[in-house]
Amino acid sequence: MSPNTQEGIVDRELRSPSYLQNGTTIRSWLLTTDHKRIGILYAMSITFFFFLGGIAATLIRLELISPTGLFLTNDEYNRAFTLHGIVMVWFFLVPSIPTTLGNFLLPMMIGAKDVAFPRLNLMSWYLFIAGGLLTVLALIAGGVDTGWTFYTPFSTLYSNSHVLLAAMGVFVVGFSSIATGVNFIATVHLLRAKGMTWMRLPLFGWAMYTTSLVMVLATPVLAMSLLLVVAERAFGLPIFDPRSGGDPLLFQHLFWFYSHPAVYIMVLPAFGVVSEIITCEARRRIFGYQFMVYAMVVIAVIGFMVWGHHMFVSGQSAFASLVFSFLSFVIAVPSAIKVFNWTGTLYRGQIRFSAPMLYALGFIGLFTIGGLTGLFLASIPIDVDLTDTYFVVAHFHYIMVGGSVSAFFGGLHFWWPKITGRMYSERLAQFAAISMFFGFNFTFFPQFIMGWMGMPRRYHLYAPEFQPWHVMSSMGAVVLAFGYAWPVFYLGWSLFKGQRAPDNPWDATGLEWQTRSPPPKENFDRTPVVTDGPYKYHPQDSTPHEVEQAQAPQVP
Amino acid sequence: MPPEASTLAPRIDHLMLILVGMSVLIVSLVSALLIVFSIRYRRGSTAKRGRLPEWVSREIEIGWTAATFFVALFIFWFAAALQGAQYKMPKNAMEVHVVAKQWMWKLEHPNGRREINALHVPVGVPVRLVMTSQDVIHSFFVPAFRIKQDVLPGRYTEAWFEAKEVGTYHLFCAEYCGTDHSKMTGGIVVMPRAAYARWSRGVDEHGTLAQQGAQLFRQLGCTGCHGQSARVRAPSLAGIFGRRQPMEGGGFKVADEEYIHDSILQPQKDVVAGYTPVMPSYQGIASEDDVVRLIAYLKTPNGGSVE
Repeated sequence: MSPNTQEGIVDRELRSPSYLQNGTTIRSWLLTTDHKRIGILYAMSITFFFFLGGIAATLIRLELISPTGLFLTNDEYNRAFTLHGIVMVWFFLVPSIPTTLGNFLLPMMIGAKDVAFPRLNLMSWYLFIAGGLLTVLALIAGGVDTGWTFYTPFSTLYSNSHVLLAAMGVFVVGFSSIATGVNFIATVHLLRAKGMTWMRLPLFGWAMYTTSLVMVLATPVLAMSLLLVVAERAFGLPIFDPRSGGDPLLFQHLFWFYSHPAVYIMVLPAFGVVSEIITCEARRRIFGYQFMVYAMVVIAVIGFMVWGHHMFVSGQSAFASLVFSFLSFVIAVPSAIKVFNWTGTLYRGQIRFSAPMLYALGFIGLFTIGGLTGLFLASIPIDVDLTDTYFVVAHFHYIMVGGSVSAFFGGLHFWWPKITGRMYSERLAQFAAISMFFGFNFTFFPQFIMGWMGMPRRYHLYAPEFQPWHVMSSMGAVVLAFGYAWPVFYLGWSLFKGQRAPDNPWDATGLEWQTRSPPPKENFDRTPVVTDGPYKYHPQDSTPHEVEQAQAPQVP
Repeated sequence: MPPEASTLAPRIDHLMLILVGMSVLIVSLVSALLIVFSIRYRRGSTAKRGRLPEWVSREIEIGWTAATFFVALFIFWFAAALQGAQYKMPKNAMEVHVVAKQWMWKLEHPNGRREINALHVPVGVPVRLVMTSQDVIHSFFVPAFRIKQDVLPGRYTEAWFEAKEVGTYHLFCAEYCGTDHSKMTGGIVVMPRAAYARWSRGVDEHGTLAQQGAQLFRQLGCTGCHGQSARVRAPSLAGIFGRRQPMEGGGFKVADEEYIHDSILQPQKDVVAGYTPVMPSYQGIASEDDVVRLIAYLKTPNGGSVE
């Protein structure tokens, strides 16, 4: 890419102010339609929910140190893990990368001034806040005890907790997802800069595009299933109640038709972030760009056809299970291709072990383990034994937390100088990345083992033979919690005292780096024109060695 | 490693070990490559970084795509073959009825013996579990047997096992079912055959399940319509179990456990061809336990032909 932003020296005084200085009142933030400011609003909101869900996780891990519990009743424990699940899935993981980094970066990466529908973008944030308030209200009113899965007929007929409020909260927040998805799809279709063809789109752009497709197509099904729960619970409409001829399994089909693709909503953006970081920090073109793009598209499509693998023991037909099992194996292929391609990108690179790179490398390792254990669960006979045990808990935490959250932190560090205009302390950040990686493994690897031993999930009280593993897991969680909390301090410090960031501190090729840090409201001082594909870290027929050899100091 | 106490367990573990082996291999391969590349191509190292012709990357790409696909296909085939064995119910199995409710397991032996949160079974005899729930969804999970099956309200689900080691094993509810989900546990007591025979001789004073069912059949007034001298025209239930019933509106249904269960509690659901749907629902009158007894009775050779 060669954007024309360098020619001529624009006088500092004459330049438009950065997006941060362009209005500093609360009002200018709450009524902004600037995609970058909306990204910041989202970042602050999801940080709040991340720590709320984190508090619930802390309670759970503390409580499980003893097989008979420490300080919670059964009901309180059930409410704690339900809160943890609902908050982390819908108020942190699903919106995490798309609404913060995606909102901030997608228009800049394709050379646009804003998203296609800036006001819809702001509305999506207000919908998010409204859904969040309903859910927090459900929490204050006494909580919900259905698990994040809202399985019927428990949720509709038997639970004595605030299911309606929580379901409405999730229902509303779903629309913020849909709004973001529609917006991103339109943005990528309509607002690409001159010369930015589809096959020149950075992989982060492709990740946002495929994620948005899944959001727009899957989330309405979640809305429907929650409305049906409300209809049965509040108005007694018999839908899932077998005594009136309803089918409780219908809910599971509808729920997983959304919630399995939702896993890809959480992990596709992470693929995008990791691809950007690895290419830049290895000074290397991505290995197999086209395969990376097609892999994401294939994952997004097949992701809709595997929901039944959550229901192997539910009583669905053996033939249906077989088909879902087969498709689940198929979807492993594009995921594996991505892992191999990231590894291949490192080959003959010039690798720098910055904090974002450590997060990205950690992501590859954790995602590989998460993906492989997915194959265990796709094999029906093994799933029958392992489903609803801690093995499943460990598996999806490896993908959604080990994978997505590592990528989110990696991306946050990588684009931090662009977003805030400040540098952070590299040493402290590397330390955080490493403690997160080890803390994560200490917390969740023991859970694979106890799951294999037969420890069921969502158990407050458990058989004493599982205690050593629970204690190990809880000790790991201390390290992990440190890994998550630590960045708050040095990044907070960087906000006020950090060194001013140059426009392109990592020498990256993306369009977002060719403008100022922090960028002006219009993103670019001059509209960029694209003449080449992404990741031009070295000429097509050469390697970084030859390029950098010329500049590198000679070692005697 | 959890105990392998059923005939199925070693086969599941065999597949599990293959998968663990393959995973260890792939994780070591990926991490070895990551580490080697990271060290060799760290920024500023003197390692040679020659050109990489375009065709190389394409060949490699197609190569590992095909390789992963075949590995996935192989595991799928292997697992699917085992799935067949897992679902094939042995013919001579001893039948145990399971009724789950918040938060306990009620288990009933064919001879009428009832247990709560415990199940005594003989070693080396296949046991077929016919399960239903009185309220929410539960799941019958015995880790040592490697079996798990959700237990649904308004439906019968099945599972089977053949214990091969004497001992006591955990029974867990694996599907979250509310407040005391984690207390909905019990024990499966596997006994030597002789000991089991002694244990089961302590027959319930009410007689076998089928005998109790016969009694209920009269008490609940079933004979009033389904008996041979009944004035209301209702289909005869003699030898009903397993028979193909023609349905009003076309088609056939096999009178299995679920069919009979629904016919008692939701009589309007499947109406036999040629009859008017006059039967009242027994919801709230016949409990799930009663339905289990009635089915046991209707399964006997003379079941349903009482006067």
